[in-house]
Amino acid sequence: MSNDGQRFDRLPATDDERELESRATLEEVVGWWDERFGIGSEEFEEHTFWEKGAGKIWIAYGEHPSPTEIEGLGMKFLRTRQEHWKPTTNAVQRFGRVAKKNVIDLDPERAMAFVRGKDQEVEWDGDWGYLIAAHEIAGEREPLGVGLYLHGELRSVVPKGRRRED
Amino acid sequence: MEVLSRYEPLVDDFEAFLAACERSLPAVVRVNTIKAGVERTKRALDEEGVGYEDRKWNETVLELDTDKPGNTWPYFHGWIHGQEEVSSLPATVLDPQPGERVLDACAAPGGKTAQIAALMDDTGLVVANDNNLGRLSALRFNAERLGLTDVAVTRQDARNFSLKPFGFEAFDRTLVDAPCSCEGIIRKRPDTLDEWSLSHVEGVSGVQKGILKRAIQATRSGGTVVYSTCTFAPEENEAVLDHVLESEDCRVVEFDTPLESRPGVTEWNGEEYDRSIRKARRYYPHHNDTGGFFCAKLEVTG
Ligand SMILES: C[S@@+](CC[C@H](N)C(=O)[O-])C[C@H]1O[C@@H](n2cnc3c(N)ncnc32)[C@H](O)[C@@H]1O
Repeated sequence: MSNDGQRFDRLPATDDERELESRATLEEVVGWWDERFGIGSEEFEEHTFWEKGAGKIWIAYGEHPSPTEIEGLGMKFLRTRQEHWKPTTNAVQRFGRVAKKNVIDLDPERAMAFVRGKDQEVEWDGDWGYLIAAHEIAGEREPLGVGLYLHGELRSVVPKGRRRED
Repeated sequence: MEVLSRYEPLVDDFEAFLAACERSLPAVVRVNTIKAGVERTKRALDEEGVGYEDRKWNETVLELDTDKPGNTWPYFHGWIHGQEEVSSLPATVLDPQPGERVLDACAAPGGKTAQIAALMDDTGLVVANDNNLGRLSALRFNAERLGLTDVAVTRQDARNFSLKPFGFEAFDRTLVDAPCSCEGIIRKRPDTLDEWSLSHVEGVSGVQKGILKRAIQATRSGGTVVYSTCTFAPEENEAVLDHVLESEDCRVVEFDTPLESRPGVTEWNGEEYDRSIRKARRYYPHHNDTGGFFCAKLEVTG
C-alpha cells in the first residue's frame, strides 16, 4: 500500500489500524486540532478524514467508500507532510470560530495587511508556530486564516488566490 | 442582436426585451448560509459602507451597490458568492433536503452546487460533475472558499455518468444546468451571440438530450430532476424535454415561481411539443431585470 495522488484513502482510526507508516490517523488529526486550537472532536463528529497525495488531509461530510477515485472530496483540511502540521485557510475559516486558544486578534489595520499577504511585527506571548488570525466583524470574532508566528513576526500564509487585492 | 429576432413571435413587448438585453446586469450575490446568516452579512456590509437591496423572493439574494463585491469582508470570509439573480432559481426549484444525495451533472464553476449544499446545511452528498478540467478547478476553489464539506467532485461526461465511485444506485435529485448557446447571458457578455449558428444550437441540443436522459436514469423513482439553461432557443429547451418525455419514465410537473415568467412553448418552427411542457417556465430579461433563463421540473416515474 502506498500514497496515491489520484485517490482518496480514509484515515485509519488509530495506530492499531494503520497500514501505511507515514499516514496520520484520525485520532492524531482530530487530536491536533484540539491540542492546538482547543477545537474538540465533537466538532467533527459527522465528518470523515481522507488522504490524497502524501500528507494532504481532506475533510468530508459523511461516509464514502475507501479508496475513492474522484477529483475532490470535501475540502483540504491539514498538511501533515512537514514536521509542523499546517491547517488550511479554508478549514480555519470554516471550523476555527470555536477555537479557544492560539488565536491572535488583529485590529482593522493589521487585519487588512494580513489578508493582503503582508508579514508584520506583533506582540504575542503564546505558542510559536501556526496560529489562527482573527478580527472582529459584525460584532463577533471571525477567523481570517492561518498565520505563522516566529521571532516576533506574524507571517500571513493566506494563499495568493484568497488574498484581498484592493 | 439580430439573432434574437427569431424569438419575436415568442416574446411580448419585443422592443423592451431587446432594450433589456443591451443593459448590463446588476451586481447580485447569494449569501452562503453555511458560513454566515443573512443578518450578520448585512451588518458587515453596513460596517463597510456597502449598500445592498433585498430580493423579496429569496432572502439570501442581495443586490450590492458596488461593482466589486470581491473587495468586501463578507466576500473574503466566504459569506457571499457572486451569482446572477435568475441563476439562483433552479436550486430552489430542485428543493434539496438535508441528508439527501444530489447530482449536479454540469456543475462548474459551482454557483449552483454551492447553493444546493447550503440548502442541505452542508449535509448529505452533492456530487458536482463536469467534463472540463479547468472549470472544475474553479469549482473546487469556490467550494472550498465557501467551506463546503458535502461536495464530491467528479470529472465525467454527464451523458454516461457512472455512480460506481459512490457505491449507491440512484440520486434523490439531479440538476442539469446544461451547456447551451448562452443567449440569455448577453447582458453579461455582449459578444455571446457573435458566433451563434443554427448548427451549433442543433449540435448542443443533442448533447443536452444525452445529459438529461442519463440524469433521469440516475435518479430514483419519485425523485426530482431540474433542467435549466440560459438560452431562449426552443431547440435547446422544450425540444429537449419533448425528446426525453418520449424515451424516459418521467413527467413535467408544475412549480411555484416567484419571478415573472412565461410558460414553455409547445410550437416552434413547425414542430409541436408535448402539451405538458407548458409547465416549464421561460424568464425574459425585461420582466425581472435578469439574464434570460429556462427552467423545468421533472418527476421520475420509473
Ligand atoms: C451552464 S454551465 C454550468 C454552470 C454551473 N451549473 C454553475 O452554476 O456554476 C454548463 C457546464 O456544462 C459542462 N459540460 C459541457 N458538456 C458536458 C458533458 N458532456 N458532461 C459534463 N459536463 C459538460 C461545461 O463544461 C460547463 O461547465
